[in-house]
Amino acid sequence: MNATETGVTKANGAGARARPRLAVFKFASCDGCQLSLLDAEDELLAVTDAVELAYFVEASRHADPGPYDVALVEGSISTPEQIRQIKEVRRQARLLIAIGACATAGGIQALRNWRDVDDTVRMVYAHPEYIETLDTSSPISDHVQVDFELRGCPINKYQLLEVVTALLVGRQLRLPTYSVCVECKRHGVTCVMVAQGIACMGPATQAGCGAICPAYGRGCYGCYGPMEAPNGPALGHQFEQLGLDAPDIVRLFRSFNGYADPFRLISDKYEEVAR
Amino acid sequence: MPDLTPNIGAFASIAKEDLARVFQVLQEMGYTLLGPTRGETAIVYDEIESVGDLPIGWGDEQEAASYRLRQRDDNAYFGYTLAPQSWKRFLYPPVQKLFTLTVQDGTFEIDGNAAPAPRYALIGVRACELRAIAIQDRVFLSGNFHVPDYRARRQQAFVLAVNCTEPGNTCFCASMGAGPRVGPGFDLALTELDEIFVVEVGSELGRQVLGQTPWRPAGAFELQNARRALAEAEQHMGRQMDTSDLPDLLYRNLEHRHWDEVAQRCLSCTNCTQVCPTCFCCDVLDQPDLTGQRTDRVRVWDSCFSLAFSHVHGGNIRPHTRSRYRQWLTHKLASWIDQFGSSGCVGCGRCITWCPVGIDITAEVAAIRAEV
Repeated sequence: MNATETGVTKANGAGARARPRLAVFKFASCDGCQLSLLDAEDELLAVTDAVELAYFVEASRHADPGPYDVALVEGSISTPEQIRQIKEVRRQARLLIAIGACATAGGIQALRNWRDVDDTVRMVYAHPEYIETLDTSSPISDHVQVDFELRGCPINKYQLLEVVTALLVGRQLRLPTYSVCVECKRHGVTCVMVAQGIACMGPATQAGCGAICPAYGRGCYGCYGPMEAPNGPALGHQFEQLGLDAPDIVRLFRSFNGYADPFRLISDKYEEVAR
Repeated sequence: MPDLTPNIGAFASIAKEDLARVFQVLQEMGYTLLGPTRGETAIVYDEIESVGDLPIGWGDEQEAASYRLRQRDDNAYFGYTLAPQSWKRFLYPPVQKLFTLTVQDGTFEIDGNAAPAPRYALIGVRACELRAIAIQDRVFLSGNFHVPDYRARRQQAFVLAVNCTEPGNTCFCASMGAGPRVGPGFDLALTELDEIFVVEVGSELGRQVLGQTPWRPAGAFELQNARRALAEAEQHMGRQMDTSDLPDLLYRNLEHRHWDEVAQRCLSCTNCTQVCPTCFCCDVLDQPDLTGQRTDRVRVWDSCFSLAFSHVHGGNIRPHTRSRYRQWLTHKLASWIDQFGSSGCVGCGRCITWCPVGIDITAEVAAIRAEV
């Protein structure tokens, strides 16, 4: 995308126009992705130099009205009110970027999508009559057009900086869509599945976290969601070879990104088997 | 007193404990030692300081999609088959900064990678791995375009090879003519026997190192034992590949139904290409800072199994796993020969062991051969 075409001015170039106005919104989520932005400590001052943080209530009570050049949207759509709100955010934002597993796949709260919502509400709340909720927790892209999705639970701050930088500099965004295995091998992490027989979602999961869990001897939990063209059936079959039973396999595919199609198809299939 | 140190091509014998002296000499010459060492779950190649860092008494069991450390019932220094990753990650690092570019006053300045290349002594290079290094030399250092950082690391690397008497279940170097006895390209080559190492001198540099180590002429009995151990290793390859008619066999079968069958199992995860000691494909990325006035240009390992790899103007030329696996296998075993004059496969078996679903290059070729 070309920066000048999209109206995002280059940050410190000669004759720079006003800094692009950035807004950060939160829907059904834990705030962890917003914290990833605040966690970019070394770069945060440079970011605030380059962009105007017009609306970011996690960071500042100062809140300017729209329109905004870029809206980062965290969280899933879980209530009727949120449907109205996300449509308003879309109207106010020239670019809308969904950040994190909730915003891109419905999040861990999408586990309720497999249950009766009224049962769930009664189980969780003492006064279910006050709760107005949707039947499902769904990604932002189910409700409005999303210009880019940044994956992760939580997102990786370096990937977020890459998005901001690409917008500011006006160049192609380069984020990986290949598997977590690439990161394990680059970091010299010995494969936990081959060397220890640990079930690992890495071969079907998009890179981005830096292969944190395998580096500590754990299987990948799939926080970054399905990689490009994942072969879920083959990975599920390999989990069977490792001795996992169908309910275990359902749990592996059905977590933070469980409602994303490629993972959902596999967990649904093994749920059938378990029945 | 005349220098009696064995000449290139000649053999000596050193006591096991005197390998420590070889390491010491190399360190005094300024080499950083890289060698096998026991990690938590595998014997890996890493920086080592002394003989004590070697995986003495440890070995490995390898099968398709399976690797396990195992304690041996002896104190062999090099009693394992192969580490998960080859020397590629040191000679051709997975992430390598090439230069920094800074915009200044309407022009730009390039700050090259000024740090001198590390001086590595590679300890325990197997025959298949030495062949792989020779193959990468042809890729990176022949023809019109060379890779400077690879050349710098490669030219000053000392190679202490160790003949393989421990072929694993996924090994087939004998089929590829790459082992188990090391071919040319080493400075010193060891064959491990119970009490001693038989040492073959491969270069003048290797001869100098041996000259500073207590050695004695190798006895006929020792040489015979070393030869026998290697002959036995050759008979104990866990896998075999029939290479007859190989480039043509694959070219004739580009539409073979077996490619679809493999694609059902293949995860497109890229593990095979990354553990392969000859796969060399890379991507080059710019990593600019927020101001857009400064960028690092970085080279990273890439893989023909990633979608972006085959995305060219107008679309993706290999959109399905079937075509990506076929590209990898036919390049490795067939078009590599047209391109570089040798097969790209050395029979190390890493792609078999470290494939999470155990896809076996020897079995896939055999399947294509069986149903032409």
